[in-house]
Amino acid sequence: MASNKKTFDAAIVGAGIVGAACAVALAREGLKVLILDSSSAASGTTAAGMGHIVAMDDSPAQLALTHYSQKLWRRLAPELPASCEYENCGTIWVAANADEMSEVHRKKAVYDENGITAHVLDAQALLDAEPNLAKHLSGGLLVDSDAVVYQLAATRYLLLKAVKQGAEYRQFNSVASLSDDGVGLPSGERISAGTTINAAGAHAGDLSPSLEIRPRKGHLVITDRYPGFVRHQLVELGYLKSAHGSDASSVAFNVQPRKTGQILLGSSRQFNSNDDAVDNAILNRMAARGFEYMPALKEMSAVRVWTGFRPATPDNLPYIGKVTGFKNIYAAAGHEGLGITMSLGTAELLADEIMGRESPIPRQPYSPGRSAASS
Amino acid sequence: MNKTSTDILIVGAGPAGLAAAAAAANSGGTVTLIDENPRAGGQIWRAELGKIRSPAASKFLRALTQGRVDLINSATVFAFSGDNTLTAQTPGGSISISCGKMILAAGARERFLPFPGWTLPGVFGAGGLQALVKGGLSIENKRIVVAGSGPLLLAVADYLKTHGATVLVIAEQASAAKIRRFARGLWRQPEKMVQAAALRARLIGIPYKPDTWITRCRGPRVSKRLARELEVTIKSRGSSRVIECDYVACGFHLVPNLELPMLLGCQIRDGSVSVGDHQQTSVRDVYCAGELTGIAGIESSLIEGEIAGLAASGQTEKAKTLIKKRDAATGFGRALDHTFALRPELKHLVEDDTLICRCEDVSYAQVKDFATFREAKLQTRCGMGPCQGRVCGPAVEYLLGWEPASVRPPIFPVKMKYL
Ligand SMILES: Cc1cc2nc3c(=O)[nH]c(=O)nc-3n(C[C@H](O)[C@H](O)[C@@H](O)COP(=O)(O)OP(=O)(O)OC[C@H]3O[C@@H](n4cnc5c(N)ncnc54)[C@H](O)[C@@H]3O)c2cc1C
Ligand SMILES: Cc1cc2nc3c(=O)[nH]c(=O)nc-3n(C[C@H](O)[C@H](O)[C@H](O)COP(=O)(O)OP(=O)(O)OC[C@H]3O[C@@H](n4cnc5c(N)ncnc54)[C@H](O)[C@@H]3O)c2cc1C
Repeated sequence: MASNKKTFDAAIVGAGIVGAACAVALAREGLKVLILDSSSAASGTTAAGMGHIVAMDDSPAQLALTHYSQKLWRRLAPELPASCEYENCGTIWVAANADEMSEVHRKKAVYDENGITAHVLDAQALLDAEPNLAKHLSGGLLVDSDAVVYQLAATRYLLLKAVKQGAEYRQFNSVASLSDDGVGLPSGERISAGTTINAAGAHAGDLSPSLEIRPRKGHLVITDRYPGFVRHQLVELGYLKSAHGSDASSVAFNVQPRKTGQILLGSSRQFNSNDDAVDNAILNRMAARGFEYMPALKEMSAVRVWTGFRPATPDNLPYIGKVTGFKNIYAAAGHEGLGITMSLGTAELLADEIMGRESPIPRQPYSPGRSAASS
Repeated sequence: MNKTSTDILIVGAGPAGLAAAAAAANSGGTVTLIDENPRAGGQIWRAELGKIRSPAASKFLRALTQGRVDLINSATVFAFSGDNTLTAQTPGGSISISCGKMILAAGARERFLPFPGWTLPGVFGAGGLQALVKGGLSIENKRIVVAGSGPLLLAVADYLKTHGATVLVIAEQASAAKIRRFARGLWRQPEKMVQAAALRARLIGIPYKPDTWITRCRGPRVSKRLARELEVTIKSRGSSRVIECDYVACGFHLVPNLELPMLLGCQIRDGSVSVGDHQQTSVRDVYCAGELTGIAGIESSLIEGEIAGLAASGQTEKAKTLIKKRDAATGFGRALDHTFALRPELKHLVEDDTLICRCEDVSYAQVKDFATFREAKLQTRCGMGPCQGRVCGPAVEYLLGWEPASVRPPIFPVKMKYL
């Protein structure tokens, strides 16, 4: 790569949190980086997300990347400006019944094995930790290391950091095609680059059709300020079923305390909806789910509602690495509901691959070639 | 949630909405009028309607009480769903109303421009201070500076004076030449002439200063008289002076409440809703009347409301006869726009640490380098607080030339359970 004849060593398509993180990692390697976005930074799915930095154990590969990324976030935290609102608030996975309590114990064992500190809470301990939860819940699992971040400010911070390291950022610049020589613009103009990175999120498949990415719509609600009402990110244990089931639509209880005292309420998942309008039916289901776990939410003032599209892949793992059939095109896309968490780890794995190094965790599970190989 | 339906649904019970309701009430269909306030009347008549003085207001109130119009008070419309259905929050729960035709008459609000000190206690909007007094605030013997732009300043100064305050000055940013031309044009509108003459007589003794604007406010501090007072700097063609006062009432003319028409997808041009001869918008079965179509005063609101009410209830022939009169009235609106257009100097009052968004505590320095409202919103949360950008939106659009941000439901904060 890094051919002298090219204008850039690396052209990154997409200035979401994933593209921005990749730009920092590649610029740090001394590469001459260009980052392009058809809109402005962090205005795609990144704008719509929740900013929960979470170790998630749906599969060993998912846990490996989320856990690795979380450590990178913790390392980055001291340099993040206050606007990023990074807060190590921890997560409580809430168990609604005895069945889910046994899931708490299973999960705890997995986290223990991986060196992630987690504490089992019984019903009383759960209420002590979160007095505003419904009284009928069975308990939960508190994971200390999880955090929240205002991902929009973090993306901007990463982008500016990359620019300080010499990267060039062009917003409102659409890319029409990718090739082994660089990127093509709608005008027909070509920008040559030794390596091209497709970080176009839910739209990555438009540029690299071999990437199987489907938009998965989600809704979020933000309230007025209620400081102290919620202390940890709270997620129902059934969340994984919702996140990774293949149902056309599902909802799960998921609330996040913001530093401002506001509360974010999620979450919903829908395939087959490409319209960003608020869908009242699913919004009502989502709110109703929230009220089951936290009845006082009902009376709170909702200030805004919005939707976003998670870039979902068939096996719920992102595509990181060389795109099948190309020499110089790499993917960093398809992070579904974990792209904010995984952004930092993704950038390191990608930089390692481009620089021809080993990575701290195996890269193969995220290789774009895996789906071709398995099907 | 309660569900009902009606033939004609009117949002806003100000002059425009009331006139629309009265005009449509005779058509035989069901008419529903909905307003967020506990009382009908809009900005002008609301406080009055208990003890009506204005003959126009009482005429419309009669149409309401004759039972042909179903009035729903204290109901804030916050969402719209595709099948011509609006949803509102009321103290008793949420209601959703589907309709055949819709008339939007949501009125206008004051425009605020940030200047150093505009968020200090004691500094109010002009209409805002008037509303506080209507709500019981005593201004007996208080010294008040009225500043900003537009005819509302005169109405407010009159009101404050009548309630015992000393209005020290009315600082109008528009130029003396423009104001003179505007006053000369009033002869075309005899009612306005009479109103203006009466108002002028009542305001005798209060200096009315065109080409004058507020540049900063300091305080409040405890004065020699042991009262807490504000120090207001006002500028007139190059010279500045400081005035000590108790309150500042400051508003820069009005801006239409475009959130609801934008939510419905109505075409907006130059800051107001585009309508045709019969007040129809670009969206089928949706009409608009009053200040939403441009700030043009009460006569225009009334006649637009009447046309919309007639047209929506199928009385198009009758509506046609009013078009000429309406065009004359909206011409007054164009004169207002021209006369009270903001002077460029007002863009430079803000300093880096001046707050732009009061809800989210965002300063001018934080937003000034963004190219679009959306980026600034996402990065700084400017305009994302409980007022949803109603205050800072028009200000940043003026200061930074941004396009208005997009609108999505809920357009007003609403209890979660009503979402
Ligand atoms: C603060 C202020 C003070 C004013 N004071 C004076 C004055 O003293 N003298 C004077 O001559 N003119 C005054 N005006 C101007 C006057 O309001 C206009 O000239 C009048 O014609 C506007 O009539 P309208 O029917 O278009 O709107 P309005 O009278 O504003 O009526 C609109 C109504 O719609 C309601 N509404 C808006 N959105 C919703 C929603 N989503 N759901 C439910 N209800 C909704 C509002 O609460 C309001 O009651 C004032 C204007 C403002 C903004
Ligand atoms: C409701 C919701 C809640 C979520 N909550 C969380 C959470 O709590 N924690 C978490 O880790 N993740 C969460 N996520 C997921 C997370 O938001 C995404 O995985 C992540 O933002 C994806 O980032 P990205 O950079 O890949 O994509 P994007 O942010 O979409 O960035 C892609 C960029 O590419 C640009 N682009 C696209 N096509 C082109 C082109 N042809 N030319 C130029 N530019 C182009 C776009 O403009 C866009 O800016 C959530 C998502 C949703 C929807």
